[in-house]
Amino acid sequence: MLADKDRIFTNVHGFQPWNLKAAQKRGDWDKTAKLLQIGNDEIIERIKASGLRGRGGAGFPTGMKWSFMPKTPSPERPNFLVINADESEPGSCKDREIIRHDPHKLIEGALIAGFAMRARAAYIYIRGEYIFEAKVLEDAVAEAYSAGFIGKNACKSGYDFDVFVHRGAGAYICGEETAMIESLEGKKGQPRLKPPFPAGAGLYGCPTTVNNVESIAVVPTILRRGPEWFFSFGREGNKGTKLFQISGHVNTPCVVEEEMSISFRDLIEKHCGGIRGGWDNLLAVIPGGSSVPLVPAAQIMDAPMDFDGLKAVGSGLGTAAVIVMDKSTDIVRAISRLSYFYKHESCGQCTPCREGTGWMWRVMEKMRTGDAEIGDIDTLYEVTKQVEGHTICALGDAAAWPIQGLIKHFRPEMERRILDAKGSEMLEAAE
Amino acid sequence: MADTPHIPDETETRAKWGAFAWTKANAKTAAMYVARYPAGRQQSAVMALLDLAQRQVGDNTKTQGWLPVPVIEYVAAYLGMPYMRAYEVATFYTMYNLAPVGRFHVQVCGTTPCMLRGSDDVMAACKNRGLVKGGTTPDGLFTLTEVECLGACANAPMVQINDDNFEDLTYDSMSTLLEALANDEPVKIGPQIDRQVSCPEGGPTTLKEMVSANRDYRGDW
Repeated sequence: MLADKDRIFTNVHGFQPWNLKAAQKRGDWDKTAKLLQIGNDEIIERIKASGLRGRGGAGFPTGMKWSFMPKTPSPERPNFLVINADESEPGSCKDREIIRHDPHKLIEGALIAGFAMRARAAYIYIRGEYIFEAKVLEDAVAEAYSAGFIGKNACKSGYDFDVFVHRGAGAYICGEETAMIESLEGKKGQPRLKPPFPAGAGLYGCPTTVNNVESIAVVPTILRRGPEWFFSFGREGNKGTKLFQISGHVNTPCVVEEEMSISFRDLIEKHCGGIRGGWDNLLAVIPGGSSVPLVPAAQIMDAPMDFDGLKAVGSGLGTAAVIVMDKSTDIVRAISRLSYFYKHESCGQCTPCREGTGWMWRVMEKMRTGDAEIGDIDTLYEVTKQVEGHTICALGDAAAWPIQGLIKHFRPEMERRILDAKGSEMLEAAE
Repeated sequence: MADTPHIPDETETRAKWGAFAWTKANAKTAAMYVARYPAGRQQSAVMALLDLAQRQVGDNTKTQGWLPVPVIEYVAAYLGMPYMRAYEVATFYTMYNLAPVGRFHVQVCGTTPCMLRGSDDVMAACKNRGLVKGGTTPDGLFTLTEVECLGACANAPMVQINDDNFEDLTYDSMSTLLEALANDEPVKIGPQIDRQVSCPEGGPTTLKEMVSANRDYRGDW
């Protein structure tokens, strides 16, 4: 198990105050100017060397993403850093803990990351429903301004950097980076076509990098302790520590920071008091938030919780939002409810997604009650394949994958329901 | 749809909200939001200002507020953007109410992580108290909405009522909560069981020293 001294988010459970004084005592904002003296490009190199992969779901190497930003921005066309705190993926609840209990790690990270990519300012886009969290974040930003850590001549480094909080208003799609940029510009959050990529033309047409809260908040600690420290955790290509969020049918659901590549069994045994009703009662797990396919019990039990380990079992780490389902779960309903989620959250821009998510949900509801034909399962699968990959953003894919995972692993259960429903129809007819 | 809330007709809303303008305090707040964006990019503040306007309507009506058309027009004019662009934003995002809501807006999360932990029971507790999805109770106290994931999955099931989260609910604790709100009694925000935020129930498995003191771990590096 990760030692307490190696945890980045030491106040993750909020036993101590979030304010600047308490945060400084925990080590935040400690000689930040010295970290900036490392130099723009050297910071990027060190983040690359640490093996940090984006914590928002896709797992793109963070340092490399930063290196795409123009090295000589002009005053008319400054670089921007946008921090994605629009945590809306069902199962995810880690950024909330960072923001309400350790906001200064995020703000310090914003300064360092913004400096490294030569950004003029950072916009932190926080989801609208995080009302209390946004209040804490606004107050923390104000504290950092008054202390001179951000703003003009930030940390007396000679570098000017602003941090602004932007509240969303309830739209899952704004977690997609270009939809977030649209929303920041005061429009409907509908994703843009890429290219151009945000690093070329993003917010207000200026070069922009969008990073997840956790990716940014770990940066100061990585630089303080050195990239090799962060690199010492996890398997090859899956380095560092990670906030895991376990929900569903475990005895004690929680948010906890652990080493990457910890086995699923260890994670659940050490922090969640085991599976409700014991390991034999485990049915399936959605290991990375609602967008990734489910994994049946037998395959997940000893799988390493990292990007590659979960890819090997046909799923993904996503945001490390682990949704555990025991044998009491109506698995078809659980996935159907996710289909409803995607139907609700589709932005309506691309036809395959706008029409497809509603269609998939309606058919999933038929699957739930068994009011369908066996062949409908194949039709459903085909439609998910028609939606997947045919939309501007990945919401279409995200809506398709859970259903594909269900059909792949639980087709017999779906067939049983259809046959059962038919059986009762026949009995009724005979009576 | 049968459960679509009733939007007052245009003559009525114009008469009531046609003269909408920021209060003194809100005018200051609005200017502060606009100042967060580069010059000429004030449209970026539309989301914050619609929220502010909704809250002002709420204060006026002693409810959680909504966005009548004249109010959206006011915000659009304030930011110098076409009404349609502001209306698009108001209809796109779920947190803007396009019809009046009650004093307590009960938003029950029904997405899978909450469903697995018993959001059906939470919903049943609401129904049992006379709350109807998409509607407001006749006394104007409660509006019930089923919402999508609110990002508190480790504390499922949860509801958001007005600006506060109530987590780790059961049928009984949800019933008690609604009763307390109806009677204007104080309520406990956050987990409704003996638990520190998203820490495991029964006490932390990590960082136990942090419970009693703000420990600095740098000495152990």
